[in-house]
Amino acid sequence: MASLTKSVEKSKISVKDLNFYYGKFHALKGINLEIPENKVTAFIGPSGCGKSTFLRTLNRMHEVIPGARVEGKVMIDGTNLYADDVDPVLVRRQVGMVFQRPNPFPTMSIKENVLAGVRLNNGKMSKTDADDLVERSLMGANLWNEVKDRLDKPGSGLSGGQQQRLCIARAIAVEPDVLLMDEPCSALDPISTLAIEDLIEELKAEFTIVIVTHNMQQASRVSDKTAFFNIAGTGAPGKLIEFDATTTIFENPNVQATEDYISGRFG
Amino acid sequence: MSAVILDPREAKYARRKIVNKVAVGLSLAAMAFGLFWLAWILLETILMGVGGLAVATFTQMTPPPNEVGGLANAIYGSFLMVMLATFLGAPIGIMAGIYLAEYNPHGWLASITRFVNDILLSAPSIVLGLFVYAVVVARFKSFSGWAGVLALALIVIPVVIRTTENMLQLVPAGLREAAYALGAPKWKVILSITLKAARAGVVTGILLAVARIAGETAPLLFTALSNQFWTSNLGEPMASLPVTIFKFAMSPYENWQHLAWAGVFLITVAVLGLNILARVLTRQKH
Repeated sequence: MASLTKSVEKSKISVKDLNFYYGKFHALKGINLEIPENKVTAFIGPSGCGKSTFLRTLNRMHEVIPGARVEGKVMIDGTNLYADDVDPVLVRRQVGMVFQRPNPFPTMSIKENVLAGVRLNNGKMSKTDADDLVERSLMGANLWNEVKDRLDKPGSGLSGGQQQRLCIARAIAVEPDVLLMDEPCSALDPISTLAIEDLIEELKAEFTIVIVTHNMQQASRVSDKTAFFNIAGTGAPGKLIEFDATTTIFENPNVQATEDYISGRFG
Repeated sequence: MSAVILDPREAKYARRKIVNKVAVGLSLAAMAFGLFWLAWILLETILMGVGGLAVATFTQMTPPPNEVGGLANAIYGSFLMVMLATFLGAPIGIMAGIYLAEYNPHGWLASITRFVNDILLSAPSIVLGLFVYAVVVARFKSFSGWAGVLALALIVIPVVIRTTENMLQLVPAGLREAAYALGAPKWKVILSITLKAARAGVVTGILLAVARIAGETAPLLFTALSNQFWTSNLGEPMASLPVTIFKFAMSPYENWQHLAWAGVFLITVAVLGLNILARVLTRQKH
């Protein structure tokens, strides 16, 4: 609590009264949340509390799952993602995503993987523009030096950690504003995890980052703000219990359940 | 470790080893039984077929009884009808397979489509032949190559639908998600990612369908019938290898019987080649 003047946080994503259903199952109840711009926001909580589900409502990726339904509003820069005239395809160009398991396209080379987003969006670009974008994106993902001599080799030939950074390069190549990460390090070894965490720190200068993690040390290391989700029991909907600055959540939480979870008494 | 008395767990283990050996033995016997008949069929086909093969087989038309001739018109007719049936049936099958796997996997329309497709898949081919006879041949009062193409296409479609759907289902969901998360429209994801990942399997399905219709006799008997002469006109009756084999093999004339064996050999080699090609294509997918 060194400075008295709290830096003003500009809100990037604003979630209002969000409810989520899988068919008849009420998976998330009454979520309200402000995600600040150019900061890292972490979602923590026990398995099944709906934090990954919630992450997917931020770029409408849940719509790929049959029976999934959202009520409420998610405003990005003041525009509701769920307004009738909003195309989910355009939402996902603005809000990119990195998944738990590295999933580079197996039939494509490293270079083609980075360009996949642009190509899939029907973008035509000259060879020099494409080369620039590949270099810029791979630099941005701290992968350029490791792969610059084998850009035409398949992306699946890289190590797990490199594949995940390739996926990050692929996501940032379409120049989104927001980057969602769904447990991006859970399939990686500690060294690769460290590389991704360093990268997240650098990426927040350009992107608003939201990360779901099971690893509380990771949340405390990389994030500026932390949201704790919990469920009352099996079949009960997930709820947002507490949302505050990461230091507050980890050192001086307001809710007993948060403290119990942080200190490892359950979950 | 010097157990004099047999541990009950060891006794169980010994029994398990015996059961394992019996199972392996039975599996090997089943394989040997299957291979025995297959080898015999191939051997007989080669022995009888190669004798009937000559340059004339590929250059001359099907002859009248007891005259010299070949199978050129039948080979050409088979090739033409199989090719057109594949061009007609494969795209329909692929599109329907995409619908079932990607667009509406759990809807009522998909359930009905799958059910009807299963019936079509297991329907005896003679039924399809009679159907085309009733609908096309009887109406236009003429056997024709087109009717044959249609009957064969009806066999191709269900095979391709089934393999396309199955192969698309094998594509990991993570790949689709990765593409959607990049902001790609659905049709683009299917064309550039999903179908591409399943490409080898889909092509294999088409090749297997081709292999199947290459040897079909029943659907052609009522539709394309046969023709003693060379024709490219699909409006006329058209010769094909299976129907020619059927006719020649049943005849009492020795030259016809020799040609029938040559035809059997050619079809076998073609089908075997297609199957090997299908194998090679699936293996490349690692």
